[in-house]
Amino acid sequence: MDFNDSPEDAKFRTEVQQWLAANAPTYANASTLSEHDYVASAKAWQACKAAAGYAGISKSPSIGGAGRSEMQSIIFDAEENKYDLPLGPVIKIGEHMVVSLLEKHGTPEQIEQFCAPTLKGEITWCQLFSEPGAGSDLANVRTKAIQDGDEWVINGQKVWSSWAHHADWGILLARTDPTQVKHKGLSFFVVNMKSPGIDIRPIRQISGESDFNETFMTDLRLPDSCRVGNIGDGWACAITVLTSERLSSGEMKDSESAKRLIELAQQIDTDSGKAIDSNAVQEKIAYFYSLEQGQRNFHSRLLSDFSNGKPPGAEAALVKYIYSNRLQQSAGFAMELQGMNGVGIHPDDSSAATFYESYIWSTAMRVAGGADEVLLNQIAERVLGMPAEIRGDKNVPFNEL
Amino acid sequence: MNFDLSDDQKMLADQAKKMLEQYATPDRLRQLIDNNDDLDQPLWQALSELGFLGANIPEAYGGLGLSAIELAVVAQELGRANAAVPFTSSIVLAAKAIELGGSEEQKDHWLPQLASGEITACFGIAEGAGQPLAKLPSCRFDNGALTGTKTPVADASITQLAVISCQTEAGLGLALVDLQQDSVQLEALNSFDELRGHSSIRFNNTPAQLLTGDAQSCISQVLHFGAVITAFEQIGAAEACLHMARDYAMERQIFGRSLASYQAIKHKLAQIYIHIETARANALYAAWALSNQADDAFEAAATCRISALTALENAARENLQVHGGIGYTFEADCHFYYRRERTLATNIGSKSFWSQQLIRHLAA
Repeated sequence: MDFNDSPEDAKFRTEVQQWLAANAPTYANASTLSEHDYVASAKAWQACKAAAGYAGISKSPSIGGAGRSEMQSIIFDAEENKYDLPLGPVIKIGEHMVVSLLEKHGTPEQIEQFCAPTLKGEITWCQLFSEPGAGSDLANVRTKAIQDGDEWVINGQKVWSSWAHHADWGILLARTDPTQVKHKGLSFFVVNMKSPGIDIRPIRQISGESDFNETFMTDLRLPDSCRVGNIGDGWACAITVLTSERLSSGEMKDSESAKRLIELAQQIDTDSGKAIDSNAVQEKIAYFYSLEQGQRNFHSRLLSDFSNGKPPGAEAALVKYIYSNRLQQSAGFAMELQGMNGVGIHPDDSSAATFYESYIWSTAMRVAGGADEVLLNQIAERVLGMPAEIRGDKNVPFNEL
Repeated sequence: MNFDLSDDQKMLADQAKKMLEQYATPDRLRQLIDNNDDLDQPLWQALSELGFLGANIPEAYGGLGLSAIELAVVAQELGRANAAVPFTSSIVLAAKAIELGGSEEQKDHWLPQLASGEITACFGIAEGAGQPLAKLPSCRFDNGALTGTKTPVADASITQLAVISCQTEAGLGLALVDLQQDSVQLEALNSFDELRGHSSIRFNNTPAQLLTGDAQSCISQVLHFGAVITAFEQIGAAEACLHMARDYAMERQIFGRSLASYQAIKHKLAQIYIHIETARANALYAAWALSNQADDAFEAAATCRISALTALENAARENLQVHGGIGYTFEADCHFYYRRERTLATNIGSKSFWSQQLIRHLAA
């Protein structure tokens, strides 16, 4: 066990730190940008990284990557995350999910057309997976793809497509054969989001923002060259995409950290001194901190295993489970700590207002990328070896469900 | 960064596990309880012969000079087996206190004997209800002798030596006392953990010697070291509970299907797994931080203590619950862990004490 870098990695970290110090500040204002400017800045930052050999760090040079080790990719991410850079899904879906997908399932033409330009930030992506009736049960997708000569005709509705209104292309899971059982009748496509027949409507979220969209596809026509993998292999492609997501800590910002709660509790008066001197408050904050560190150390452990050649299994689910639950509980606690002020904050007090955001955002995080209940099932079944859920859709053709 | 045990450490864990499976069987534990025996002597002997006791004691004092991580690996297996041995008292707390606070002569004299298991020691800092270090002990050291009462002290009835916190002319002190003296009176307490005895020790002008180092810093270091090693003991025990509950649920049929197929049970056990794995990640980091004198070693120790307390508390309670009525019988094994959990939850300071320690480290 050694938490220090190897000499080679330490050298790489220093190089990265120096390069970031010189290049990152120009782009390190992401949280202040409008959506439109954020996307432009995200693409420019990705191009800047690609020019310096820091895009797709651990990806193979044959698909435009830098061919370095997983550990160096992890080191770069850790250093990069110290800045307020535009690293949202508009870039990450492409750099992580799409490139992994195409490397494994794509044709040489698809790899050439998409991989290097995606790593350079020239093409941005969104995910067209979930539907109103297919969330946790993703294989239940109803969007139809019907073959018509050399083309496919797509009809259906997708939902929760992050940043679809800013994406150039999308990755689509659709049903090509409803007479097969659920997981078998699916195929996978890439879709130009500017094609006729696509209608993107923003969803008004409880946060007041619209990060997510509904995407309607009406008689959308795709050439067969947009199909990824064989007909009927859609589920395998979707699994590749979802697995590549396992290690990314994605939207897990380190907000509502226990250290912030301590600072807050140090300022709050109670009838027996400052709130921080109350043992009840100490126990709560210490517990949140133990989860925060546990999440971080466990994540490091997964990354370390990965860099030693052991890909993450279902246990990786616990990182997001802990993150989203802790975020909800600690933001809720931060509000309680302030008494009534916790729900009536002065408009000038931007720091306290983030508790509102976290408390709201945590509800999305507890559902997105595997709801709590799905993650607990995964751990129980795949890690602990407990029986799978009793299903009503096993061995039944989709059109008879 | 490498977050994995070395091959040697994994081999050590495997060796300890196999040895404990052979000695500390559940039937052996029941036999010890029936005989009112707090010490599994053959097991202690075996631990000594394999060199496990001296793992972390420096080579110069008869140990193997291995790191805290090796000791932690052994502690994890002792926790898994719920072993009835004074490992924590003698090795993790008392020997560490002597190593950190003793003079060269004291270390030369006592550490080799503790490393070999030839003698054992207990560590007494409590004086009734309350958290460690809450106030200056009333037990006094004057003119080379100790007077006062320490209660409760784990393993006092099966050990020969004691490291005792006391009040000296200069403030807080740590005294080394031979318990086999006429002026020492032991009273057995009603111990919640049937496999770990607790006693009151009364000293009446009992000859003793002080450890020469600074007692405050020594106790604090010993408690943080104890927090990390005990976390591994808790993780081993929690894992035993998780596997026991899982195996029972898999076997048990209820309403025509496996008990393990119900989400109420699956989610309960998945959550225990999550607590165990975060505790393990925190404990591995803390053990590394401790052996490498990292800046955040104390903070990491307190953090892993809180995670491990949480993990074992849930695991011990819910394991018994998943077993249903059978869990309430002496013949089932759940009760060993249900009782031991309370020992480990309080022995070196409970959740409120460690929460306070952690907040102080973080706010500093």
